[in-house]
Amino acid sequence: MNVTSSSTVVIGASAGAVQALLAVLPTLPAGFTAPVLVVVHVPPDRDNVLVPLLQAKCRLTVKEAEDKEALAPGVIYFAPSDYHLLVEADRTLALSTDEPVNYSRPSIDVLFESAADAYGENLVGVILTGANHDGAAGLKAVVEAGGVAIVQSPAEAYATPMPHAALQASPTALIMNLDAIASYLSSLGAA
Amino acid sequence: MSETIEDLEIQLLLEALYQRYHYDFRHYARASIKRRLTQARGQLGFPTISALQDRVLHDPAMLPRLLDFLTVQVSEMFRDPSYFRALREHVLPHLRTYPSLKVWIAGCSAGEEVYSLAILFKEEGLYDRTIFYATDINPEALAEAEAGVYALDRIRKFTENHQKSGGKSSLSDYYTAAYGRAAFDKGLRSRVVFSDHSLVTDAVFAEMHLISCRNVMIYFDRTLQDRAIGLFRGSLTRKGFLGLGSKESLRFSSHASAFAEFLPGEKIYQKREP
Repeated sequence: MNVTSSSTVVIGASAGAVQALLAVLPTLPAGFTAPVLVVVHVPPDRDNVLVPLLQAKCRLTVKEAEDKEALAPGVIYFAPSDYHLLVEADRTLALSTDEPVNYSRPSIDVLFESAADAYGENLVGVILTGANHDGAAGLKAVVEAGGVAIVQSPAEAYATPMPHAALQASPTALIMNLDAIASYLSSLGAA
Repeated sequence: MSETIEDLEIQLLLEALYQRYHYDFRHYARASIKRRLTQARGQLGFPTISALQDRVLHDPAMLPRLLDFLTVQVSEMFRDPSYFRALREHVLPHLRTYPSLKVWIAGCSAGEEVYSLAILFKEEGLYDRTIFYATDINPEALAEAEAGVYALDRIRKFTENHQKSGGKSSLSDYYTAAYGRAAFDKGLRSRVVFSDHSLVTDAVFAEMHLISCRNVMIYFDRTLQDRAIGLFRGSLTRKGFLGLGSKESLRFSSHASAFAEFLPGEKIYQKREP
């Protein structure tokens, strides 16, 4: 593993996501250099309310990911509702309307697996609270590509099935509380 | 990251498909193609992509099975109801001024959007003066589109979308339900031409007043997107309309200046004069 300022961060969360993200993303410092990609399970008909909510609290730019957009340092991208978000090898973003994975679109597995392909060891994957098993296969792909895997401590998580499933698939993942995840991420992307 | 063996296998398979069968996926967005091919390899029971390539090269019967993975498009009738509402309220009033109309649904897959537009045009009294061109590269998808039969459990969502789009009739007026399936009326496709057409390799074939191509070009890389948009530009009549998927745009295209943003929120563009 090779955690440097050239890293990219992918985060997946489901039930309880808003509170968890509010504990992590606003702590990222101005000058943070890693792009951050986030998949949260939201109902397909809902506009992504998380973007304006988090933009109001974060020092970094928060936006909805656009198709073919090039990743920029220190920008937080959210997958649009009802689309999968993927990363291409040339580090541009791609959307797809392929069928749901783990009953989810966007799916955490789809983002994490494509990001693991694109970034290999320069990737940090974070699985937060959630009530399903999406993200377990994705985090495993991150580990297999040599990246860093972090799972929110099930003792702290609002919903535990997602952290549990991720830990079962990737037993070597680091287990952290939200404040530890926040300081870990803040340290890795500082300019 | 350096190229893996699997990436190389994918590249070779796509080249083989093109050389052998003239299906050109070489400029499709690679991350999605990789997911689909990995899925195809697993479900069709091959140990490697190379093994799949060997089979598809020597056994043409494998081609449609592979195409099903590569071209799979999941849609629903009146997907994004606000798009259809926008067509109804803002685009159709313009189209109404023409004595005859041509509409192209590019990448129609199993036809959900074809029937949606046919119903919209019926409700607005424009159906009888319109010819619809529904095109796709997958012959099996085209056959499904032409049949217009959908699983009954999808109809509730279709009906909900139709209502939200400002539908003036009841969706149940247009289909017959039997044996867990809903068969849409022939009258909705009497003016539809279903045809094999590739945005990758084929050319302009008629002058259109409206082109709807939604969530098709997100699967293309920028080069291919640009080719398709050029094709739409060449196909549209003066002041013709182009509707894209809600997360697509012309922003990255060299043809962007040829179009005006007619309804930016709904990704509906209008070709500038001439």
